[in-house]
Amino acid sequence: MKNWKQWSRRAAMLAIGAAMMGTAGLHGTAAADEVHVLNWKGWGTDEPWAVEAFEKATGIKVVHDYITSFPETFTKLRTNPGYYDVVVLNAAFIKQAADEGLIQPLDTAQLKNFNDLYPDMRDSPQMNFDGKVWGAAWMWGGTSVSYNTEVFKTPPTSLAVLWDPAYKGRVCWRDDPEDSVRFAAMASGQNPDAPADMNKIRDKLRALKPQIKAFWKSGDEWLKLVAAKECDLSTVWTNNTEAAAVQDKLPISFIVAKEGAIAFRDGMTMGKDAPNPKGALAFIDYMISKDFYAGWVKVGGAPVAANQKAVEELPESSMTRTILATPEAIGRLNFKGPLTDEQRQSYLDLWQETKAYFAE
Amino acid sequence: MNRFKRQWAGYGLTAPSYLWLTVTVFLPLLVMFYFSFLSQMPLGKAEPSLTLKQYGLFFQKDFYRFLTWRSIRLGIDVTFFCVLFGYPAALILARSVKGRWREAVLLLIVLPFWSNALIRIFAWTIVLRGNGVVDQAIHVAWPGAPSIGILYSYPAIVIGLVHSFLPYMILTCYISLQAIDGSLIEAGRSLGASHFRIFRRIILPLSLPGLLIGVVLIFIPVTGSFMEPRILGGRDGIMLGTVIEDQFTEVFNWPLGAALSFILLAIVLLICALAYPLLKSRLRLA
Repeated sequence: MKNWKQWSRRAAMLAIGAAMMGTAGLHGTAAADEVHVLNWKGWGTDEPWAVEAFEKATGIKVVHDYITSFPETFTKLRTNPGYYDVVVLNAAFIKQAADEGLIQPLDTAQLKNFNDLYPDMRDSPQMNFDGKVWGAAWMWGGTSVSYNTEVFKTPPTSLAVLWDPAYKGRVCWRDDPEDSVRFAAMASGQNPDAPADMNKIRDKLRALKPQIKAFWKSGDEWLKLVAAKECDLSTVWTNNTEAAAVQDKLPISFIVAKEGAIAFRDGMTMGKDAPNPKGALAFIDYMISKDFYAGWVKVGGAPVAANQKAVEELPESSMTRTILATPEAIGRLNFKGPLTDEQRQSYLDLWQETKAYFAE
Repeated sequence: MNRFKRQWAGYGLTAPSYLWLTVTVFLPLLVMFYFSFLSQMPLGKAEPSLTLKQYGLFFQKDFYRFLTWRSIRLGIDVTFFCVLFGYPAALILARSVKGRWREAVLLLIVLPFWSNALIRIFAWTIVLRGNGVVDQAIHVAWPGAPSIGILYSYPAIVIGLVHSFLPYMILTCYISLQAIDGSLIEAGRSLGASHFRIFRRIILPLSLPGLLIGVVLIFIPVTGSFMEPRILGGRDGIMLGTVIEDQFTEVFNWPLGAALSFILLAIVLLICALAYPLLKSRLRLA
């Protein structure tokens, strides 16, 4: 029996390893002057100017590998142990990664910018546990409701606007099971981290049927929808809304509704047995610096830095400072807690069932 | 002795391609088939057991069956339109277009294959969108015309998929049609058969193998498609294919994703197996 289990595990590893061959599997072992970074594509660490500046300052080459979902991060860490130096992880998952032995604690004495982080984010129990620092708070942001400023002369205040028949067929919805359940939970007055009444959530999501124009998965898909005037309202990341307004000059803004908005927090962690721990710390230190954030804001698409000094250098008029990072708005944010695999699966089942109902 | 040698040479020459097929198609499928019987992925601390749970889920949840039917209907609709447009196009190409022109037209048909499938689908979003390319063209000619934007609907998925798969139908039909001996048609005509009769008794039966291969080549992948429905379908974009995709990408539930894939494969193969004798008897009749 034991042998069979070992064999089946090895077969799974082999299959997944083979599936990932196109990415990390082929890179082989690391050279000393490289850092291997695992992150979403286009999520800051791979900004060309930043990579260039870091490589110039340190002589360390930055090699990226990308994920398209959080479970994929775990798959890649499990199947390529000792390959990744820097891993960007949602704060809610850091404990799980540490428990599984996929990441290692950080020596924060090596991080010059560590003390500039917002104290509550820096010391958050999601990143500090067992007496060690497992992640450096990096970026945070929200998923909220964006609206067309030409359609709404005064901004909406409640999530109920998404269900308002006046905007029938004008809502673009993020095709994500977790966000969908969280929005429905907030709209039905429940705790989005642990909704008590899933039937209420099912009904709330089903009631979206006449409202929804399209679903989107990547930020680019969403931008195309908004640019083509397909939707007046959408559930979307706040930084994408700001980028659409500032760079693409689209008539758009976002709200933090009275029922709340969803927020995430990303930390920078170091892979277990990272081949280049010194380089990893140097890279993390640069990533949490206000210089990096200022550069990212300049090119656009940046969320909110966990570095307080960096946020204080944003223009007074920025949406981040006026709408999202105000004390009262922050109080309404629901920072995502961890989900168990069972919850994740049940949310996906519910969401697929809802979408099947939409297509009936 | 000579025949024996030739036989072995045949084995030797085909062995690499069979080996290649075994490694690239059969082995991964086998691994997936094995996964579909696991309770969960054997990773980390997980202790998977062998179970039929994943297959059972398909029968417990109504929406899986509803989506299976949707996927099969999509396969039927897309295949139908591919036959409707592809067969006549192949017929004209094989029978009426000659020489250089034929090569040029064939090249034009193959051309879409040279561009990335994703690019083609995104191009369709620009064309089909309300206030998109087609809409604007109509509005130039008829300013008061209503918008015909059909993006984010079932017809949009069908249009995108028909465009993607039509070349398969044209090429397979063309190959059968151009192989038909012209003297058979002349003989039919000299015996007084009408155009329709020639088509029904000679051309159609002789080109049926190509048509069938085209149908199979299109029907099977379309029922499993997920990218086109997701991008073009909007609220109508959910298919069994997108549900399977989500099991792999959203929740890392490979066993359920694999089980759903094999159920779909089994249903599709069953449909093909049921349809085959029917078509075969017609073939013999003709």
